[in-house]
Amino acid sequence: MGIVTPGFGGRPRAETPDLPPGQYLTSDFPVLSAGPTPRVPQESWEFVITTETGAEYRWSWAEMMALPQQTPTVDIHCVTRWSKFGTSWQGVSLDTLLDEVETAADYALAHSYGGYTTNLPLDDLRDGQAWLVHTYDGEDLPAEHGGPARLLVPHLYFWKSAKWVRGIRLGFEDTPGFWETAGYHDYGDPWREQRYSGD
Amino acid sequence: MTELPYLDGNMLDGPLSELFAVDLSTATGRCAHCGSTGPVAGLRVYSQAPGLVARCPTCVEVMMRLVRAPDAAWLDLRGTTFLRFPMPAEPPPSA
Ligand SMILES: [Zn+2]
Repeated sequence: MGIVTPGFGGRPRAETPDLPPGQYLTSDFPVLSAGPTPRVPQESWEFVITTETGAEYRWSWAEMMALPQQTPTVDIHCVTRWSKFGTSWQGVSLDTLLDEVETAADYALAHSYGGYTTNLPLDDLRDGQAWLVHTYDGEDLPAEHGGPARLLVPHLYFWKSAKWVRGIRLGFEDTPGFWETAGYHDYGDPWREQRYSGD
Repeated sequence: MTELPYLDGNMLDGPLSELFAVDLSTATGRCAHCGSTGPVAGLRVYSQAPGLVARCPTCVEVMMRLVRAPDAAWLDLRGTTFLRFPMPAEPPPSA
C-alpha cells in the first residue's frame, strides 16, 4: 500500500510524553491531500454556518478578519502517524462564530471548497477547542496547507481540521464525512488512538 | 409466486477472488458522477493522504477510495458505476 510511510525521523514516545500513542515527532509539515488543491481568492471566499432550521450565517473575508483574533500555539497529530509540536496560528475562535448562531444541534459537518467533509460533535468546536485559521507561522496560510482558511481542531486527529473550509452544517444527526465513511473513526481522539472505525 | 432463495455472502468468495486476482490496471471503470468510461490505470490517485483516493480524469470526482488498517481494508466504490475486467474467453457453448 502506498500510503504515507511513518518515520519522518522523530524521537520515540518514551522521551516525549506529549506524543500520543503510535505517533512520531516531526519538524516538517507534511502536505496531505485527497485531491487537487482548490485556489480560492479571498475576495470570493465566504464561510457559512447552516443550522438545523436551514438558517444561514455568512461571513465574508473582511467580516471574518474584523472579528476578534486569537493566536493559538498547539500540537497537531496526523492519523498517518506524524505529530508536530508548537504550531502557531492566527484566526477566529469557533466560539466567536457560534455565539452569533442560534442552534440546538448536537453535530457538525464541516465542508470544504473542493468537496471534502468531516464530522464532529458540536461540543468539540466550542470552549476554546477550535478555530477558523488563516495564518500559519506569521504568514498567510498557503493553499497546500488549506488556505485561505482551514479549521484547526488540535485535540482530534488532523483530518478533522478541514482544509479549505467553506462552512459547517449543524444538525441532530451525526453524518460521517469523507474519511469517516471510508474506514476512519467517527471521533478520532489521538490519545485513545481512535484511527479506524471500530478502534 | 415463490420468493427466490438468497445465498449467504460466502458464495462471493469465488467470484470476487477471481476478479481481484486479475490485474486491476487492465480494467476499465465508469464514473458515477459524469458517466465517462476509461481505464483504471488512467485514474488520478492521491496517495499522500490517510488512504488512496482515485479520481475520474474527466470530472475529478472521487471514483474509488481504499483505506488500509493493519488488519482490515475498506474499499469504497460508490463513485464507480461499474468496473469491466478483460477475462479469458470462455469456450463457446457446445451445440
Ligand atoms: Zn467523472
